[in-house]
Amino acid sequence: MRRGRIVAAAFGLAALGAAGFFALTSPATWRLLRGDAGGPIGLALPSAERGRTMFDVGGCASCHATPGQDDRTRLGGGAPLPTPFGTFRAPNISPDAADGIGRWSFNDFLVAMREGVSPDGRHYYPSFPFTSYALMSRTDLGDLFAYLKTLPPVSGRAPDHDLAFPFTLRRGVGLWKLAFFDGARFKPDPLRDAVWNRGAYLANGPGHCAECHSPRNAFGAIIGEKRYAGGPDPEGKGGFVPNVTPHETGLASWSAADIAELLKTGFTPDFDSVGGSMAAVVKNTARLTDADRDAMAAYLKSLPPIASERPKKSGG
Amino acid sequence: MNRIAYACVAAFSLVGLSAAIAQTDPIAQRKQLMKSVGGATRDPGQMMQGRQAFDLAKVKASLEIYVDAAGKMSGLYPAGTETGGETTASPKIWQTKADFDARFAKFGADSKAALAAITDEASFKTEFPKVAQNCGSCHEVYRVERK
Repeated sequence: MRRGRIVAAAFGLAALGAAGFFALTSPATWRLLRGDAGGPIGLALPSAERGRTMFDVGGCASCHATPGQDDRTRLGGGAPLPTPFGTFRAPNISPDAADGIGRWSFNDFLVAMREGVSPDGRHYYPSFPFTSYALMSRTDLGDLFAYLKTLPPVSGRAPDHDLAFPFTLRRGVGLWKLAFFDGARFKPDPLRDAVWNRGAYLANGPGHCAECHSPRNAFGAIIGEKRYAGGPDPEGKGGFVPNVTPHETGLASWSAADIAELLKTGFTPDFDSVGGSMAAVVKNTARLTDADRDAMAAYLKSLPPIASERPKKSGG
Repeated sequence: MNRIAYACVAAFSLVGLSAAIAQTDPIAQRKQLMKSVGGATRDPGQMMQGRQAFDLAKVKASLEIYVDAAGKMSGLYPAGTETGGETTASPKIWQTKADFDARFAKFGADSKAALAAITDEASFKTEFPKVAQNCGSCHEVYRVERK
């Protein structure tokens, strides 16, 4: 009798736990607590031309362009993103109706970019940096969506992610979001000038620079107080992504013009030419205006200097 | 006195030995060569940025260094030098060696073409970037972040 009650209580608790997990990890819960997918409606009509700038700042092509060909506007997806959690594969975001985002409404796009939720109501993993894109204005997202719609449809779906358990449980991302993702829009700093605010917006929002140039905790979330101080390569290749704060272990000796030059040509002040993922980034930033590169450089130079954890080594 | 002489001999042979090792160590050699290419880019790079006045002789000297380095580079990535010496060479080099070698051939050919085509500041500004973009496009694929 007593044993029966205990068993019943245990079942009850387990059911409550499961229900709680289900409720907590639902995309709807995060939206209820933090989201504002509607937001104010921009007055400007979407401009594909301005959207192309967002596309280049964001480097969408670096992950979503079909690998093995040179056309950065063919967004068939499939490129692997190896991480400590497994290998993610960027999806097809071409306007193909069957395999891409051809049937998406603008609201679908907005929710994907700002909340990290797919049109069929599933969480995206934060390997897709919605954590940064959430800062973007509705106008800029409208422009970007308009630009994406002008690109050629590419058929074919990317292979599935190849993740280790428990990261295969997509619902778990709901807990991650509640813990680490506030989903706030960019707020301009009225004490800073327009150039700084443009740079801060581009670097933190569409540019998502901090996603690689910051260390992450055990859950894969950026460690806020070390933002931009560099850290182990999140692509898990054993390298170290450089500190881009103006600390002596970072870019203290670089001028804003040096940073802007790197974003334009890929050359450091010593005329070394950056490699790996940053070379791919430069392919995108090379297409921006000098004004936008200068703004990002000015913003990076204004950051608090933070020491990076890589021990200094002599020589290269 | 003798001790000092011995110390000198020992020191000199150590220097000689490390120089000899550097000459037979492909990782050290290719690093040195890459650094010489970067060093040779300072003058024309600053001319492109407008931080230095255009100087045709300096540009040609840099391009000659590129041609020379491009010719030697492919041979400095033999099997067995995938790791060690803090190399930032990507393992992909040895997976697609033919493509890797072709990129150095292109870098050398582009540098030679620029040597012929650059005659003044205007031709420098249009031709030099075609050479320099070989650096980034190859590093994107075949260079990894330093540990």
